[in-house]
Amino acid sequence: MSEPARSRATRPVRGLSDRTIAWLFVAPTIALLLAINIFPLVWMIRLSFTSLNLSMSYLPLRFVGLDNFRDILTDEDVWFRLQTTAQFVIWSVALQVVIGYGLALLINRQFRGHSFWTTIILMPMMLSPAVVGNFWTLLLQPQIGPFNYLISMFTGVPPSSFSMTGQVSLAPWTIVLVDTWMWAPYVMLICLAGLRSIPDYIYEAAEVDRASAWRQFWSITLPMTVPFLMLAVLFRAIENFKMFDMVNLLTSGGPGSTTELVSITLKRAAFEKWRTGYSSALAIILFVTVFGAANIYVKALNKVKQR
Amino acid sequence: MTAAVAKSVLAKSTAHSIVEASPRSKAVAGGLVILYAVITILPLLWIVATAFKSQSDAIAYPPKVLFEPTLEGYVNLFTVRTRQTPDFIAKLPPPETWYDKLVRQRDMVIAGPSKVVPRFVNSLIIGFGSTFLAVFLGTLAAYAFSRFRIPLADDLLFFILSTRMMPPVAVAIPIYLMYRQLNLTDTRLGMILLYTAVNVSLAVWLLKGFIDEIPREYEEAALVDGYTRLQALRKVVLPQAVTGIAATAIFCLIFSWNEYAFAVLLTSGEAQTMPPFIPFIIGEGGQDWPAVAAATTLFVVPIVLFTVLLRKHLLRGITFGAVRK
Repeated sequence: MSEPARSRATRPVRGLSDRTIAWLFVAPTIALLLAINIFPLVWMIRLSFTSLNLSMSYLPLRFVGLDNFRDILTDEDVWFRLQTTAQFVIWSVALQVVIGYGLALLINRQFRGHSFWTTIILMPMMLSPAVVGNFWTLLLQPQIGPFNYLISMFTGVPPSSFSMTGQVSLAPWTIVLVDTWMWAPYVMLICLAGLRSIPDYIYEAAEVDRASAWRQFWSITLPMTVPFLMLAVLFRAIENFKMFDMVNLLTSGGPGSTTELVSITLKRAAFEKWRTGYSSALAIILFVTVFGAANIYVKALNKVKQR
Repeated sequence: MTAAVAKSVLAKSTAHSIVEASPRSKAVAGGLVILYAVITILPLLWIVATAFKSQSDAIAYPPKVLFEPTLEGYVNLFTVRTRQTPDFIAKLPPPETWYDKLVRQRDMVIAGPSKVVPRFVNSLIIGFGSTFLAVFLGTLAAYAFSRFRIPLADDLLFFILSTRMMPPVAVAIPIYLMYRQLNLTDTRLGMILLYTAVNVSLAVWLLKGFIDEIPREYEEAALVDGYTRLQALRKVVLPQAVTGIAATAIFCLIFSWNEYAFAVLLTSGEAQTMPPFIPFIIGEGGQDWPAVAAATTLFVVPIVLFTVLLRKHLLRGITFGAVRK
């Protein structure tokens, strides 16, 4: 960090000073984030202590203290939604890690044309989650969709005997399935970078020591890619905890509320029931959860890196 | 299962140096990856194919793999049609265009253009507007963070990133209230500002990484030659950062292009973009699947092209510059 200081000393004084430029350059970004992120956030914190309901906004703004928070934290339904969300996050991330890591190991063999096929595999994650959720409803239609026919080809189960989005027992797996289809490539890409970061000489040394391939995987490959894996898990877990768009279009929380992730609950409270005070409190609880979990996780990640 | 695959792949390579996989293990790996790639791309191919199906073929039971291609889906996407009696259609002058003809075969006449073009234009304006602003602001901020000593720089950078951690639905609640007061609800300007704020965090983090990689010596030489800081930035740094700026811009564009939660909660007509519009392309009795598929295809094609273009920088983009390869 001593470089800027040195340049300041040798540079003839012309134009604006570095200090002024630094602030001029950073200020607009900070100002925009303050206006669009922080100011609304502060406003939301204030609203979370009120009973504001936009469908009855003629009522005077009434402060209710921590009532909203108490209502949410003692509401069994909210806990159910959080459980649904947690299950979705855990299963989808776990599957993405297994498939993504497996694919990365295979692609790292550098077979002919691996670059082309990798690009094909990456396509789903670049698409709009909403559009993905929407077109998967067609693919998963019990009668007109191809998915059930494919399953029935392999298992013999009649295609119209089950509905991936309409059945309580299947719907939670459906959102995991589509999410994994979309995001396994993401984990793959990060793991691939991890695999490529391992220097060849470590494997060469292991070969000299006659370590088996299995042993090499467990003592070299896996430990050296763990930080990358954890990074992938962090990003995916945060994104899936916030999940709204894809699931909203795929199942819109149904059947019943079997796939109602907490973001969908929040949307209903805020934009259908217009319970602004209540939903502000829920939003804050969610934000604190993500932020807290992410912080703990990042600390753990740094520990792994230092090892 | 994957562990077993990994084991077998690894086991086969022991005879050779592990650094260069044996031909056999490469073939196995290649076969499995290609199999996965084919399975993963099938849903997309199905949608592209559905766009060329007729209404009845699209909802045929069982689903049709082979069908006679038609452009009806695309025609339906771009038009609004009304059903008429065959007598009425018989009395009309002969159809002027191929799409008039196509529509009349279904006992309908074209009543006017659909809303898809304005929605597409909204997506373009909001996408490019927010991308330009985010990259512009992001470049300035990233340069400052990269080259100057800014007090609490790490905290500021973390603050910039943390704005991304809020669930979009949660952010939308106060934004909705604020925009109502400012008359920004359902306006392109409102959406551009919102997307800029979301994208600028990505832009700052990515561009800081790219600018960090440009050696300081070039600028310092320019400063000694009598350039001002701003001149050095414009004539020395920016030309070298051009690839990074382009990659960042594409990432921002893809975000704005694909975004749904804000769009569906904060727009209803005037400023609506494609993602909330596509699921509501309806025909007689439910979603008009060929038209939906046509819209999806048109919407996805630019993303596919961008993905190919971005291939080298993809990793950096999706990890906020944390992994650079």
